[in-house]
Amino acid sequence: MEFQLLIEQLLNGLQFGTMLFLMSAGLTLVFGVMGLINLAHGSFYMIGAFGAALLAEITGSFFIALISSFIVAMFAGVITEILVIRKLYKKDHLDQVLATFALILIFSEGIRWIFGAYPLYLNIPLELNASVSLPLEIIYSKYRLLIIAIGILIAFFLYILTSKTLLGIRIKAGQNDREMISVLGVNIKTLYTIVFALGAALAGLSGALIGAIQSVEVGMGEPVLILAFVVIIIGGIGSIKGAFVGALLVGVTDTLGRFLLPELFKLFFDNADANLIGSSIASMSIYILMAIVLIFKPSGLFGER
Amino acid sequence: MSEKKLNFLILISLFFVPLFSILLNDIYITTLFSKIIILAIAGIGLNLILGYGGMVSFGHAAFFGLGGYVTGILAFHFNNYEPIQILVFEFEGTNQLLFVWIFTLIFSSLLALFIGYFSLRTTGVYFIMITLAFAQMLYYFSISWPTYGGEDGLSLSLRNEIPFLNTMDPITFFYICYVWLIIAIIFVKFILNSPLGISLKASKENEDRVRSVGINPKKVKLISFIISGAITGLAGSLYADLNRFVSPTILSWQMSGEIMILVILGGMFRLYGPILGAFFYIILEQFLGGITENWQFWLGFIILLEVLYAKAGIMSFLIKDKYDEKTSS
Repeated sequence: MEFQLLIEQLLNGLQFGTMLFLMSAGLTLVFGVMGLINLAHGSFYMIGAFGAALLAEITGSFFIALISSFIVAMFAGVITEILVIRKLYKKDHLDQVLATFALILIFSEGIRWIFGAYPLYLNIPLELNASVSLPLEIIYSKYRLLIIAIGILIAFFLYILTSKTLLGIRIKAGQNDREMISVLGVNIKTLYTIVFALGAALAGLSGALIGAIQSVEVGMGEPVLILAFVVIIIGGIGSIKGAFVGALLVGVTDTLGRFLLPELFKLFFDNADANLIGSSIASMSIYILMAIVLIFKPSGLFGER
Repeated sequence: MSEKKLNFLILISLFFVPLFSILLNDIYITTLFSKIIILAIAGIGLNLILGYGGMVSFGHAAFFGLGGYVTGILAFHFNNYEPIQILVFEFEGTNQLLFVWIFTLIFSSLLALFIGYFSLRTTGVYFIMITLAFAQMLYYFSISWPTYGGEDGLSLSLRNEIPFLNTMDPITFFYICYVWLIIAIIFVKFILNSPLGISLKASKENEDRVRSVGINPKKVKLISFIISGAITGLAGSLYADLNRFVSPTILSWQMSGEIMILVILGGMFRLYGPILGAFFYIILEQFLGGITENWQFWLGFIILLEVLYAKAGIMSFLIKDKYDEKTSS
């Protein structure tokens, strides 16, 4: 029993991690290529979820809802990039933090204006809302397995995109020397818009996927945003590989921490105290992980500088 | 208008706020301005390292919140007649503000020493994020630790006391905050003109040169970080007493963002900037909040325009003689 529970928690951690990866991939690319801290990345997560909830209600199809979350967030990304983000590339980090903080206010209140203050619900289709039996008598949710599969698929796709395609080579070149690649005839403005929109679209997709498990509400993006920042700091800013490793590390640490730490403290304290101390420390565990990584590797696990 | 004249005008106008509020027969104005002053103190604390030191701390809510919680917890234990136990040590809670402030200053300095020691090993965006991470740790800790209310927060039945003064009186409390504002200004001014402040400003420009004259820039930054944290912590303590309530909200990253916004809004590199920033931020909040439920939407627009087009802040807008741009890069 204990063992099955542990595996189940591990899978939960993996699912959480792959979702975080979808969020972090865009964030780390945008930072790595354009040098921009984008606090409003969580807003695209929210926009994707709302877009999906709306489309699911109109069409009744979960699949269309997922696709539309990707497209809606991508469009929001393109518009935001052209109207605001473009003006921020040359500014310092402080201005970027403030301007994108302002964007969060605008997006969150805008969505509340349109959809009202109550959360929306996005339902998982019946055929996915079931459990499957895995080897070793493990029973696990089909939908969560699907999330893990989508996450790994996208990670693979991004790996191919960044390392094997022309776009990826240009992105990498832009990361190293933006003036040189614009001299070589690459339209750097369009490249930046593409990268930003891709990141926004992935955030939107993960918002829709998670929105189906939790609820779709204003402000749902910010907690995930902070976690995504932790992920890219741990992984090293600008590195897709780092984002993947960091996301899984954070996902598993958080989930297993909540499960194992109270058990661990039960060896030293009585039950109530152990639960209290364990869960308190578990709620901080990923930040502790990040602090430790930064203390020993100040530019993250796969950071270059 | 020269900066000196404007500064003087700000302090004088603040001084007469209670009179104004009595004349208008609206005591809420005094309370509102107490809040403005408290946020201004927090901003002055942050501005020391943000404006003058170039350290973008995105986690100053940690100190603001810690100050609030120290105040709340001491009063909580005093009201419940339960001694506070830390390992084998036991001491009584207190509702005496003088002690509360001393404890707040000690604890927020210690926290700043801890956070600063580790954070200052990094620079740039990593510094922004690690300060944020430390603040988040405290935030989640405060939510998951149920003794002091957890997510619901902690109420103080009465404000803490000072002998011979009635702190529950809004005007008295306003002047307590006002005195702290003056102290904070004088103290930071003193720091800025001291060797410490000068080497801090120099470290922002060029660390290597500072090192080459035999000063350790890390040490300078760490000491400034501690002072900054202590001032912001004190503001948090006043804030807890003003509202007679503390909750994890004051530890949240939005709080860090708010303190940062009011510093920028008022104008960095200017000692009195955060006062004007806090004034405009709160008045805007009140004004927009009165017209529309979605005031944050418009606030977002205003901040965005300010960042994109009017970098220098309100202070520079009001002051005629052009500030030397060289120090702002």
